[in-house]
Amino acid sequence: MRFLQFVVDYLKAGFTGGLLFWAWMLFLLFFIMLWGYGEYVQIANGMIVTNLNDQVSWGFYLANFVFMVGVAAAAVTVVFPAYVYKHKELHRIVVLGEMIAIAAVVMCLLFVIAHMGRPDRLWHLLPVIGIFNFPHAMLTWDVIVLNGYLLLNIIGGYYYLYKKYSGGEINKSFYLPVVYIAIVWALSIHTVTAFLINTMPARPMWFHSMMPIKFITTAFAAGPSLIIVVFLLVRRFTPMKIADEAFHLLSQIVVWCLGIALFLTMSEIVTELYPATEHSLGLQYLMFGHNGLNSLVPFFWTALSLMVGSFILLLIPRIRKNLTLLPFICIAAFIGIWVEKGMGLMLPGVIPTPVGEFAEYTPSHIELMVVGGIWAIGFFLLTFMLKGAVAVLQGEVRYRTESSKQAVSEQQAEAAT
Amino acid sequence: MPKQDSSKTKDNKLTSRRDFLRSAGNYTVASLSGAAMLLSDPKPAKANVTWEEHFQKNYRLMTDEEKQQAIERLETRYSEEYGKQVTVDGTPSIEGVLFGYALNIQKCIGCRRCVKACVAENNQSRGDEQQIEWIRVLRMEKGKFSETDRDQHGYPESFGVQVGGNAYKPAGVVLEGQHYYEPEQVPEKDAFYFPMQCMQCEKPPCVKVCPVRTTYRDPDGIVVIDYNWCIGCRMCIGACPYWARRFNWGEPNLPKEEMNPVTHYLGNRPRMKGVVEKCSFCVQRTRKGRWTACVEVCPVGARKFGNLLDPNSEIRKVLAKKKVFRLRADLNTYPKFFYYMD
Repeated sequence: MRFLQFVVDYLKAGFTGGLLFWAWMLFLLFFIMLWGYGEYVQIANGMIVTNLNDQVSWGFYLANFVFMVGVAAAAVTVVFPAYVYKHKELHRIVVLGEMIAIAAVVMCLLFVIAHMGRPDRLWHLLPVIGIFNFPHAMLTWDVIVLNGYLLLNIIGGYYYLYKKYSGGEINKSFYLPVVYIAIVWALSIHTVTAFLINTMPARPMWFHSMMPIKFITTAFAAGPSLIIVVFLLVRRFTPMKIADEAFHLLSQIVVWCLGIALFLTMSEIVTELYPATEHSLGLQYLMFGHNGLNSLVPFFWTALSLMVGSFILLLIPRIRKNLTLLPFICIAAFIGIWVEKGMGLMLPGVIPTPVGEFAEYTPSHIELMVVGGIWAIGFFLLTFMLKGAVAVLQGEVRYRTESSKQAVSEQQAEAAT
Repeated sequence: MPKQDSSKTKDNKLTSRRDFLRSAGNYTVASLSGAAMLLSDPKPAKANVTWEEHFQKNYRLMTDEEKQQAIERLETRYSEEYGKQVTVDGTPSIEGVLFGYALNIQKCIGCRRCVKACVAENNQSRGDEQQIEWIRVLRMEKGKFSETDRDQHGYPESFGVQVGGNAYKPAGVVLEGQHYYEPEQVPEKDAFYFPMQCMQCEKPPCVKVCPVRTTYRDPDGIVVIDYNWCIGCRMCIGACPYWARRFNWGEPNLPKEEMNPVTHYLGNRPRMKGVVEKCSFCVQRTRKGRWTACVEVCPVGARKFGNLLDPNSEIRKVLAKKKVFRLRADLNTYPKFFYYMD
């Protein structure tokens, strides 16, 4: 009963806001409707409405999937310092990090469903009623870690919020194990996603053992970048107080992970391009194009410049600690990594094909609608969850027993008279 | 039915639609699947997939009885859709048989009759919108070594870096094949040909990555797919080093009159949109002791097929006596598709 009240109050708090809030939600809703339309067209006609083809059979959906798994994993950059290093300022806002993780994993699952040719047969994957090719198929590992991570964050985040709401004591022997498991689990989701694509010698561009660590470093640069921006918005638009210290720690995480990521990118480029075997054709196509097929080239160099530029800027303490400049640098890093690790990783992996054929690919309108819509769903969920969470954390929404409710209404009645 | 080709222009489509309606009327008189015929589309009218079919198990895990039911369901549906008696075979692999294939690249003339015969036999989607072929013939250019096109100084790269050779273009055979070639006549003077299809690996990477075990290796060595169980995730397409797998991006386009009604559940039965397919060594033929369509049609006898476990089979003789190699042997996939030269 109390829990039901929590759900109702949380929903109410999540969907309360001024004009700006509703304008933002309606704006997102528009894109969510486009997603609905795109999915409908795709399910009705098949994947033929995408620009994917026999040569490039993995594209925009999986590129975004890989990137978002990283963002989901990056919630650990808030949780880890809070619980392992007892960082006080981050500890107060740990729940907000978990909300970001939940929204990101939901987006991941939607991207996978958009990528599937037969989403109506999703149940074939379910253990017991379907067949779960575990442990052989790497995709089944990914299903386990992603859903597990979603569950851990929902339990961790909402258990904490519920206790805050109802005024109960947090049972540490239950809550802390969940938190620590979630920390390790966060690393696992991105590691397994890297294994998903780097265990295929048929795709030499991906076939290297550096993939998992590169995924994690780029994730821990892009993720906290987003978290910084979101937290700054929370601080700006809600009564929630977030100390500058929290941002300083996060921006340090961004700068070092970005640095390591750039180092790994450099290592990959040297290793591939020095001998320049046929196995490096994908990377060459990404960086320099191939006989005039160079649609990826400007994207790659833009992304690299954004990453290098934001790394250099963030190295300078005066700029890093400037909270007006920081969000813009973070957005630049975020976009750079999104391009480099999304399409910049997915496409040269499948181009050229195993028989050496080059075919260029740009997403179709339907793909753009679906991907844009899934991002909108993510932000919609995030906005709602954050609003509710902030209201609970601030004590604005609290469990009230019948008698206290009565007291409140009596007070109101008195005030009215 | 009138001849129709769905890959034609709009005008042609319209005429064929009119023809179709006329003939559809005839069919209704003949009381053949009236409901399906209401759809005035030149493509075969889709009969409804029943709930039983939608919720059936993975083929390999079905009991014999369930397999029989699944096959009967399909036969009914296909017969209705294609307007002819369609049989779906469920013959399991035969004990003591391991199928193998050998291709003589010295003999192949690149005529691509195998490609066409395969499409006709195996009910692939055809037309401009979505054309699926299970065999690709790569045209390999013979290298030309030009006496003049050399740098005698031995410093061909910029920055004065010595890289070793002094020929700007690779000499000898260029290992860069491509499968779009439209010559007046084959074989061409400056080329040789290299057909590729599913290698039926003994250690297939595609089977390993399939999250729902819809693709698996049958005991006779054929890697098969249960099209009704495939979720369309395309992991197998990513994992295949031979680019052998194809995806039905849209609803397959298989004209009624071109449909081959002799099918196998794991082989050439019509597919649906959103599933993966590939060469099955013509399982509908080979398990009945026949050649594959590509072996049968090859005009130069470049293609050999047989039982690897039979010491007297032609394929074993090829393996014993010819110069044999396998494609991308470094990946340890153990293909049962061999290439050889005399």
